[in-house]
Amino acid sequence: MNQEELNNKLSEIEDKLIATEQTTDNRTFLLCEAENAYAINKFLLEDVRARFVIATCIDSDDCYEILYHFSYDEIGWVITVKAFIRDRENPAIQSITPFLPAAEWIEREMHDIMGINFKNHPNLRRLILADDWPDGVYPERKGVPK
Amino acid sequence: MRKSVRKPVLAIGPFHPLQEEMEFYQLTVDGEIVTDIDVRISYNHRGIERISETLQFDQIPFLVSRICGICSASHPLAYVQAVEEIAGVKPPERALYVRTIINELERIHSHLLWVGLGGHFIGYDTVFMWAWKYREPVLDLLEEITGNRNNYGNVRIGGCREDVPDETIPKILNELDKIEKKTEMLTKAVLDDPIIHARLKGVGVLTKEAAIDYAVTGPTARGSGVAVDVRRDDPYAAYGDLDWSVITQTEGDVFAKAVVRLLEIFESIKMARQALKKLPNGPVAVEVKEIPPGEGCGRAEAPRGETFHYVRSDGGNRPIRHKARAPSYVNVPSFKASCIGQHIADVTLTLAAVDPCYSCTERLAVVDGRNNLIHDYEALLKLSREKTARIKKEIGAPELKLEDF
Repeated sequence: MNQEELNNKLSEIEDKLIATEQTTDNRTFLLCEAENAYAINKFLLEDVRARFVIATCIDSDDCYEILYHFSYDEIGWVITVKAFIRDRENPAIQSITPFLPAAEWIEREMHDIMGINFKNHPNLRRLILADDWPDGVYPERKGVPK
Repeated sequence: MRKSVRKPVLAIGPFHPLQEEMEFYQLTVDGEIVTDIDVRISYNHRGIERISETLQFDQIPFLVSRICGICSASHPLAYVQAVEEIAGVKPPERALYVRTIINELERIHSHLLWVGLGGHFIGYDTVFMWAWKYREPVLDLLEEITGNRNNYGNVRIGGCREDVPDETIPKILNELDKIEKKTEMLTKAVLDDPIIHARLKGVGVLTKEAAIDYAVTGPTARGSGVAVDVRRDDPYAAYGDLDWSVITQTEGDVFAKAVVRLLEIFESIKMARQALKKLPNGPVAVEVKEIPPGEGCGRAEAPRGETFHYVRSDGGNRPIRHKARAPSYVNVPSFKASCIGQHIADVTLTLAAVDPCYSCTERLAVVDGRNNLIHDYEALLKLSREKTARIKKEIGAPELKLEDF
């Protein structure tokens, strides 16, 4: 797919998005609510055939953001799905590991450091925190001393 | 029916002679065959992402170059590209070429390091000593250009810290010629060796489908027929101006990964040579004052695969979020696909084949032997070739040439 075809393809999921931002020639951000992230990620992986790179979790003031970075290697694009989790008390989002084994580690990591509950994750054990780390303390959240 | 049968578990790590870093593999075994693998990491979590959020933008390249002593050019480059994307900065042409040269020299020494370790893991220490000997001059070149053999810290936002001085170019080209010749000899010897064929072929196969599912990158992906390479797909630095090709193999076994790495050394030499000859005149950096609010994704092809950095700025002098992904983070979980069904003895080699990041920054000391029997280089080479020919004849191995791969 060239650039135009990719944009046309991405417009198929327009109804699930809040907005689309293109920051440079080959970087696109797709903004969505947490409920829609699962379907959008599945679409990017299975229909667009993009390659999963990594996910980033950010503690914004009024929500948690999960950024799923995908690479569309044919034309060197980075497509980032930016999902907003509005519930700050019990942050949760559908896991994408069941259809994408590559996401297993990073979802476990985000669960460790930010306390996001990945629903349906097959193996949500600790990845980077030590076994004796206290429960309920999430080091990457705001307010935790640096 | 018995409800629970306790399965034997074999532990590799957290401290194991084959791994200079702490990783813990638990292999569930049925006799000699591995039926499941569980990986535990983070015995030495350094919190680099968190530290990065406390540093200023221009200090971070020196922090991220310490993520890995071997990939210490690619991490800062990916970070710097992400910040340059936010600020809309275009570094001068010469800086892009200098970045390419440093990154390709890094790839040459990293691949030679792996070939040496790979040889060492199968008990073939001749390969280890040769490969590491040929790696030394590359480190010396890097030291001459940047001042450091590892952790070069040569990129900064807007360009490079140190230039490649014009008067050193003939010397570097000359060294590259020598390295190419030696590596060619080593490559022929390794790829032609029947023992290595017997030991590495068909071992630890990662199929193309599994490589896509686990989203692996670098030689691990290219050895399984997935031709991803950020240098070609999303060209950065000066890669778009150079003539080179992406090396792939389809078999997915340890041998295929070795072939990919060995042949990539020649591509890297080719690229470094072209970049040195084309090196444009001019400054190597532009001044960057402030980083505006925004977010950027930078990536670079490290020797082990794609390095990805995401940076978000709120207009202050520090990033509010900095995510770094090293290639081993996606390559290591693929062991679930490549190790199950293997013999225990093959697993350590399969683990080593993705080249999980080692940190080896100590200098080697030269010790004089007291052996009176002196074989010179030519004589040893001759003896070695005779031995290989004899073994090949005995086991009926086919004649192979470098061009066949």
